[in-house]
Amino acid sequence: MNIKTRIAKDRIQLWTVCFFAALTAVPLLAIIGEVVIKGFGQISWSFLTEPTPTAYKAMKAVQAGEPIPGGIANGIVGTLIMVGMAAIVAIPVGILCGAFLAENSKKRSAVIISFLTDLLQGTPSIIIGIITYIWVVVPMKGYSAIAGSGALFIMMLPLIIRSTEETLKILPTSLQEAGLALGANRASVMLRIQLPAAFGGIFKGVLLSISRVTGETAPLLFTALGCSFIRWSINKPISAVPLLIWEFFNDPHLQDLIWGASFFLLLFVLTLNLTAKYIAKKWNQ
Amino acid sequence: MESVKPILEFKNTCVSYTKQTMAVKYVSAAIERNTITSIMGPSGCGKSTLLRSVNLMHNLYSNIRVDGEILLNGENILDMEPIDVRRRVGMVFQRPVPFPTMSIADNVMAGYLLNNIHISKSEKAKTVEQCLRSVAMWDEVKDVLNKKGTFLSGGQQQRLCIARALAMKPDVLLMDEPTSALDPIATNHIEQLLLELQKEVTILIVTHNMGQAERISSHAMFMYLGELVEYGDTKKLFSQPADERTKAYLKGKIG
Repeated sequence: MNIKTRIAKDRIQLWTVCFFAALTAVPLLAIIGEVVIKGFGQISWSFLTEPTPTAYKAMKAVQAGEPIPGGIANGIVGTLIMVGMAAIVAIPVGILCGAFLAENSKKRSAVIISFLTDLLQGTPSIIIGIITYIWVVVPMKGYSAIAGSGALFIMMLPLIIRSTEETLKILPTSLQEAGLALGANRASVMLRIQLPAAFGGIFKGVLLSISRVTGETAPLLFTALGCSFIRWSINKPISAVPLLIWEFFNDPHLQDLIWGASFFLLLFVLTLNLTAKYIAKKWNQ
Repeated sequence: MESVKPILEFKNTCVSYTKQTMAVKYVSAAIERNTITSIMGPSGCGKSTLLRSVNLMHNLYSNIRVDGEILLNGENILDMEPIDVRRRVGMVFQRPVPFPTMSIADNVMAGYLLNNIHISKSEKAKTVEQCLRSVAMWDEVKDVLNKKGTFLSGGQQQRLCIARALAMKPDVLLMDEPTSALDPIATNHIEQLLLELQKEVTILIVTHNMGQAERISSHAMFMYLGELVEYGDTKKLFSQPADERTKAYLKGKIG
């Protein structure tokens, strides 16, 4: 093959790859663009600090030609409470479980847990919602932030376990052996050497799991239910941003609020994702 | 002549990874205090396996069996708690492994930190200086003690790892090809260092490099297919090897 055909072939391959790469970016940019264009104008201080208006108030405002009053503060508070509670439990449990799996990958118990983690990760979120409903909402006789965070906890767990396990497994074995060779016990080496060394990857996994469950709607429908005012108690029904989007969609008077809420959610999740990437990169340098 | 009591003694030591095959077969040898003993042999002959049996590294893997006896000051290591053994027998690995999240000073003190041994600040500073001096690094790093150890060059990292092992004041220092990942200048540094260090600690070093064994060790072992073929004075082993296999290895015919 002469040099010209080789160069031509190389060019064709390059352009093909670029074309498909650009193709995948199109829907992504289209989604972000649409949400930003429609939602950006709705974001204001009152939108972020006031609870959702009643359908009646919204209707009157629309009839009077005014913008819909109120905002999504009830959803923001609910999301922060539920995701926060879920994270507080899921982070230590997930990291310890991931550490166990990375350390004892050949043990029978680890193989079983690993399999269950995969299974849990693949479980549709609506099923996790319905199970949490039976386990938490029914015995507690009511929807609550506790139930909602329980469902989110179950969703976060496999993500944190996997990311912890994967990050620990790519550390060189000699790191652990060097720690043990100094006479330290396994727990000490794990806590003082391996986990700190893996911090970047674990932190990234934690933030990604948070951003993942922040957008979950299905499991909250059966557990948190929703609430039209700002509520700080954890044993009563509570709202969440994705739940609000669903409610706005179902209420013709509130539909205008969808884009603002979507924009907020997208921005929140995107920020978490980018922070995760940035920190992981910084830490590994 | 009065016989010197050996610090370390292998008695019919066997190590097996599976039931059928032995990686180390009935090794018996006595190591004298404050000497450097090199373990040579072709890849896969069991050198590292033998070395790692001394600080009970094999206990980490449930499939590995160690039989026979390994005596440290007359006590059988195999009956002791791994944690106690490893504090008395330090180890330096093939690739330098400074703990990535710890500063240089903390790396030196890692043995204390990991074992929750509390010592006063002044004592800590003294140990750090003393250990870094003994690896000839103090002048290079005394102003950057709080920086991470991973910023150092490969040779410096390896010396840091030696300092870390020395901080625990071990009786024996095991080295598993400590210079194979280093360039010739760094290797030379480490070799000079080991010659100095043998005043304080007994060194057992696995090496692929025959020149290195000849330069630094007073005693040498030659292993082949898991057996200890020959063990004795380095000069004698190199100039008049008793066994045909040793002869062949030194001539580059096997291995």
